[in-house]
Amino acid sequence: MPLHAQQTNSQPRWLFPFVGLLVFSLCAVPLSRLVAAGFRSIWSGKALDLLREPAVWQAALNTLTTSFLGMIVALIIGSSFALVLALTDVRARGVLGFLFMLPTMIPPQVTALSWVGLSGPSSPLLKAIGLAPALGSPQPLYSIYGIALLFGVQHAPLVFLSLRAGLLALPQEGIDAARLSGASSRQVLRDIVLPLAVPGLIAGAAIAFVSGVGNFGIPAILGMPAAIYTLPTLIYARFASFGPDTFGDIAMLSAMIAILAIAGLGLQERVLRNREYRTIGAAGLTASFNLGLWRLPVEMALWLLLVVMLVLPFLALVAGSLVSTYGVVFSWQTISLSAYDEILFRQAVTQTAFVNSLFLSGLTAFGLLVFGVLTAYTLTHTKSRWTGLVAAMIEIPYALPGVVIAVAFILIFAAPIPLVGVTLYGTLWIILLAYLSSFFAVGLKPIISAFRQLDPALEEAARLSGARFWRRLAEILVPLIAPAAGASVILVFLIACNELTVSALLWSAGTQTLGVAIYNLDDSGSYDLAAALSVLVVLMIVVLMLLLEWMAAWLPKGVVPWRN
Amino acid sequence: MDGGLAAERCRAVAKLTLHQLSKDFGTGRPAVDAVSMEIRDGGFLALLGPSGCGKTTVLRMVAGFETPTDGSILLGERVMSDAARVVPPERRNMAMVFQSYALWPHMTVAENVGYPLKVRGVTGERYRAKVLEALRSVRLEAYGDRRPAALSGGQRQRVALARCLVTSPDVVLLDEPLANLDRHLRGEMEDAFREFHARSGATMIYVTHDQAEAMALATDVAVMADGKLLQMAAPDELYARPEGRRVGELVGRGAVLSVRAAAGAARHFDWQAVQLALTRLDNAPSVDLLVRPQDVHIGDGGLPAVVESVVFEGERYTMGLRLGDGQCLRVHWRERLQVGAVVPVIIAGGWRL
Repeated sequence: MPLHAQQTNSQPRWLFPFVGLLVFSLCAVPLSRLVAAGFRSIWSGKALDLLREPAVWQAALNTLTTSFLGMIVALIIGSSFALVLALTDVRARGVLGFLFMLPTMIPPQVTALSWVGLSGPSSPLLKAIGLAPALGSPQPLYSIYGIALLFGVQHAPLVFLSLRAGLLALPQEGIDAARLSGASSRQVLRDIVLPLAVPGLIAGAAIAFVSGVGNFGIPAILGMPAAIYTLPTLIYARFASFGPDTFGDIAMLSAMIAILAIAGLGLQERVLRNREYRTIGAAGLTASFNLGLWRLPVEMALWLLLVVMLVLPFLALVAGSLVSTYGVVFSWQTISLSAYDEILFRQAVTQTAFVNSLFLSGLTAFGLLVFGVLTAYTLTHTKSRWTGLVAAMIEIPYALPGVVIAVAFILIFAAPIPLVGVTLYGTLWIILLAYLSSFFAVGLKPIISAFRQLDPALEEAARLSGARFWRRLAEILVPLIAPAAGASVILVFLIACNELTVSALLWSAGTQTLGVAIYNLDDSGSYDLAAALSVLVVLMIVVLMLLLEWMAAWLPKGVVPWRN
Repeated sequence: MDGGLAAERCRAVAKLTLHQLSKDFGTGRPAVDAVSMEIRDGGFLALLGPSGCGKTTVLRMVAGFETPTDGSILLGERVMSDAARVVPPERRNMAMVFQSYALWPHMTVAENVGYPLKVRGVTGERYRAKVLEALRSVRLEAYGDRRPAALSGGQRQRVALARCLVTSPDVVLLDEPLANLDRHLRGEMEDAFREFHARSGATMIYVTHDQAEAMALATDVAVMADGKLLQMAAPDELYARPEGRRVGELVGRGAVLSVRAAAGAARHFDWQAVQLALTRLDNAPSVDLLVRPQDVHIGDGGLPAVVESVVFEGERYTMGLRLGDGQCLRVHWRERLQVGAVVPVIIAGGWRL
């Protein structure tokens, strides 16, 4: 008797259907359009032509190779950081953890730019210390291995987070019990801790692999100059040289990406199925392993790794932004702020990019705040078999690479919308819709976990006080979840601001985002301007992350991704 | 009826009627099973029962948080809930004190208390006066500007009470309000509830599993078990004349003995009747006999019993005894007896359940 449930339910009747429809149109419709285009392409035989092209298979192979090698690098770096920070008594774990998260929060094209600035014949930094290779020698990063290395750097924090979450969920009592059974530290680590940490490691590996498959920024900057294409950059290239078959081709190519991503996640699921360890007992592993004399060397190794991964590339970026022309020797005489002057006050393109990115990110963040509050409310208050489906639909666009989402939105909005006759393609609004779809899950997570932690009596008391739905929402519920809502806004803003993959395919003149502007500046040879813009973006990210760090005390557990 | 008093009362005079109220969550066993009762206007009903007996579900159906699967709830002539329609909680003019107090942490004490007024559009001087009056009635007028987090458990409970008081609700519901309080605060809060009831004149329903609490506070006690209403009566009546073994066990504070008695025997047993019932060997039907410790004495001519346990309770000892046929009962006595000693017991009175 579903009618009854609706009546005592605290939510208005329209809410759940409304949210269901919203989620369906943002998350399910674009993908079904993509699937339809893929099938049409197969049906018409054009897919066969595409699949006969060696370039496509080369790109698929490159994608696999770079993602796999990148996953290995990420696993090595990320798991050693996670093991040391979660299990041993090294000092300044909080600071180390925060800094180690930075590489994944920095946009991939900025990472690529900074590493290009760090190595190669025209590196301002290497020139300043006289270590630059001779002019004309090849840039070593413009290769499969360069791309894989940077995938590793970019995605190591994802492995770190996943593995550390697994390690921190270990019950302290289990370890104490092993100790009392007479096991030494080393035996406890080998026999108890590591076996239980394997699921976290596998999950981290899968995330790193899938992130590599969908990464556009790094292969765009490192691969395209050397004519090394991965599937995302191949889509970009096909799209740039627009032809009659483009739509079908990019639908097929993005379907290939989606298949690789789903295969990666599916493999993870399969491997994890037999390794479901439900740990019983209070979680909360404290630093249990004393490193003793080894502590200082281990700490130095961690800091050195951070310097190589983070500090040196950033210094290269700063150096690159402070010399007026790429290739000029960096010294006190050649320092100039002209690049910053140029991007902030002269170039209309970068100014527009700033405005566009701030506008899009702000609107996405606040739009998802509203959607998120309504969705979280209805998902936590509805007992229906549809809730699971709605929750799953929200996860799909988040799990799929941004390129796939972008292509799906192109397919939907390339033609004018029927009945209304408005063309969204080429406007900011198509980017906004794609952002709303991609980041729905990011924005929803903090809000829904805050709703789940709320004592239902708080809302019931408001109902008995006579407050109707909107009034309760505005005066009781939203103030109560305010910290989580704030975190959601900042997280979405942060990610949307850094984003390149979606907007790279969806932008056109006048609607470029910061990510696109950085890429285009570098592409047109203005390394100094690209570097200056990147430095500003990195600073903005650090400020937003520090803000989240500061808010963490008021937030439910797990809302700030890099905190315990 | 006194006309002046009636005019002063702005609430609707209304008795609360539960008619064949049932709730099935689909677990196979109904949580509430055809409960019918009437609570007179201004009455103070305690819903007493062990945890999981359905008393909280009844309360939540009265509040409108749950829809009955069957039956109805009426306030006066107005149907509040039945299986087809439910007046939502926000339009019932009821108030509730929750086990967790449910104070909104982002509002001050005064804002918490004043929220039902604010929702009803009361503003200005009238709002301030009513909030102050409500706070004064729970002796918290000095705490209006504090946050709930800065208060003790008892103070938070009183804020929750003041929030109920502020709008003169028709019905006030209390869901185990003392469960989270220290023992020494409970007596103080019981006084506050009694005073609250006298002052507000509202119909009150008080859910508890503590029979002492129920009897000390309520004008009527309804005993529930397994979703069913077993007995509803005034506390003294319930204490003196419990119906059935389950009620006897829940409110009796005594031992329930299985004895044999002729059908149609008086319900009050004296020592002679108890003696006969315990010792007769014929085929008379088995009945349950509630024996309270204060009716048990140790003295010559009694039945032999073994002392099984001795608990010192300050003014006296309470001892567990085992009769010759293996049945147990309790006795209060001023002297300590040795465990294992055999003593003669006289059971001066018993109540057939």
